[in-house]
Amino acid sequence: MKILVPIAKVPDTTSKIAFVDNNTKFSQEGVTYIMNPTDEWYALVRAVELKEKNGGEVVVIHVGGADSEQIIRKALAIGADKAVRVDADPTDAFFVASQIAAHAKTEGYDLIIAGKETIDYNSYEVGGMVAELLDLQSVALVQKLDIEGGVATIVREIEGGTETVEVKLPLVVCAQKELAEARIPNMKGIMAARTKPLTVVPATDAPKLTTIANYVLPEKAKEVKLIDKDNVAELVRLLHEEAKVI
Amino acid sequence: MSVLSFVEVSEGKIKKASVEAAYYGSKVAEGLGTDSVALVLGEASNDELASLGAVGVKKVLHVADAKLNNFDAKAYAKAVSEAAAAASANVVVLSFNQNGKLLAPRVAVRLNAGYVPGAVALPEFNGGTAVVKKNVFSGKASANYQLATENKVIAVNPNSLSPVRGTGTATVEALSLSVEVTTTVKAVNKVTGTIPLTEAELVVSGGRGLKGPENWWMVENLATELGAATACSRAVADVDWRPHHEHVGQTGLTIRPNLYIAVGVSGAIQHLAGVNGSKVIVVINTDPEAPFFKAADYGIVGDAFEVMPKLIEEVKKLKAH
Repeated sequence: MKILVPIAKVPDTTSKIAFVDNNTKFSQEGVTYIMNPTDEWYALVRAVELKEKNGGEVVVIHVGGADSEQIIRKALAIGADKAVRVDADPTDAFFVASQIAAHAKTEGYDLIIAGKETIDYNSYEVGGMVAELLDLQSVALVQKLDIEGGVATIVREIEGGTETVEVKLPLVVCAQKELAEARIPNMKGIMAARTKPLTVVPATDAPKLTTIANYVLPEKAKEVKLIDKDNVAELVRLLHEEAKVI
Repeated sequence: MSVLSFVEVSEGKIKKASVEAAYYGSKVAEGLGTDSVALVLGEASNDELASLGAVGVKKVLHVADAKLNNFDAKAYAKAVSEAAAAASANVVVLSFNQNGKLLAPRVAVRLNAGYVPGAVALPEFNGGTAVVKKNVFSGKASANYQLATENKVIAVNPNSLSPVRGTGTATVEALSLSVEVTTTVKAVNKVTGTIPLTEAELVVSGGRGLKGPENWWMVENLATELGAATACSRAVADVDWRPHHEHVGQTGLTIRPNLYIAVGVSGAIQHLAGVNGSKVIVVINTDPEAPFFKAADYGIVGDAFEVMPKLIEEVKKLKAH
């Protein structure tokens, strides 16, 4: 079974969020970049587990510059067999999805496992777009994924619960929490990653359909209104009369 | 020309998040001087569908095919884009809920449309270009997305707008489409008798400060009195004091209720990422230095074991009026 896992590079959660050029660009100053958590912890690890169980191959694909090599090597250390880097700036989801789809079309994967969202733009879009570009079925917010005889059995999140579905491969799934346990690369994995193949390919033509005009930071920290612990009635009054939420 | 909103029905009722999407679609249509049209897939009663008129929908296109009662991403994407063509819609609005998060980007690809995932406000149009605000960096900033494409797809973050209901009734028109469903639903496991967290307008949440699962009656009783859903922090779900489907935060659910009451939750940045879209946040914590107070609208520095019973009594009194 051939599995493709798209991985994104995102600012670490503790990064200071600031913008430059008249609030049109994210400020990279002092920012540490990491592999997108849902891609690493759930999508990639589940792909590696499925390979360990059923055999096959796990390929990671990343759209980005040469400075992404560190996170690509980390993915190889966790257990991917080879990597492809599309040498382009990942500015628009449709553009990124088009690159992944172009690669997948030539290789023919049984399964593509993406993370549900990136932690910078929180957009949940690349997985669905790749599926549509390849005319494949897709399931998102996936918490469990097992493959048996070319059929995937999946548990996904729905409002107030979960749903179990069966879908035939080939398929695109978008992974979330509970799909797998994060793995820390061990020394053997790190050594092996150094010599695993990493192919750099040029981008294919694709339009950028969405642009960001500018960013806005919250105006200021909220001023909390403190209420005395012996005057709980006042809190209820404020919620009812001032905030009008109860 | 029209604006098409995609509306989901669950157990015969239109989902709350979809009513909001239809309302959003009607407001966009109003701004553009066109009609608001809604699409419903699967079986539903005419009365339920006509009720969308209350949020400004003129016409409901109904594909009453039982095959479409359950969500199938590929089939739904085909159906929504074909309905958009049938209605000559160049703006399609969906909810950014569980199904919408997967469906909307697929529809955008089919329509060659620019797409805003998780809009928090109505768009501003300037000629053929729309600018729509959405949250980025887990709510630590927002961004104005610009769509210059002819077709536009917008997925609305739940609880971004409060739909205003009028008295209109929508006309319902049958639509026939050919779709192939390849997702088989084997089981549905819903927590019954409680309000789904992502649909709740009021949420009461507990953290490690409650000291143990046996003390959750405080959270549950307050939630019952308010008609609220219950939630918890990651720490609490990780030690199995509460089920994982109640966990809100960066790696759990993102919610945007009108009121979020956090009891004994310190307010780590990962937790805030899941709740900072809430309209009003109330924090009850013994530690005046808890970071959550910086994100709160109202706070009580005090012991939950003293404050909560009083709060439950006061809410009871208010509800008795």
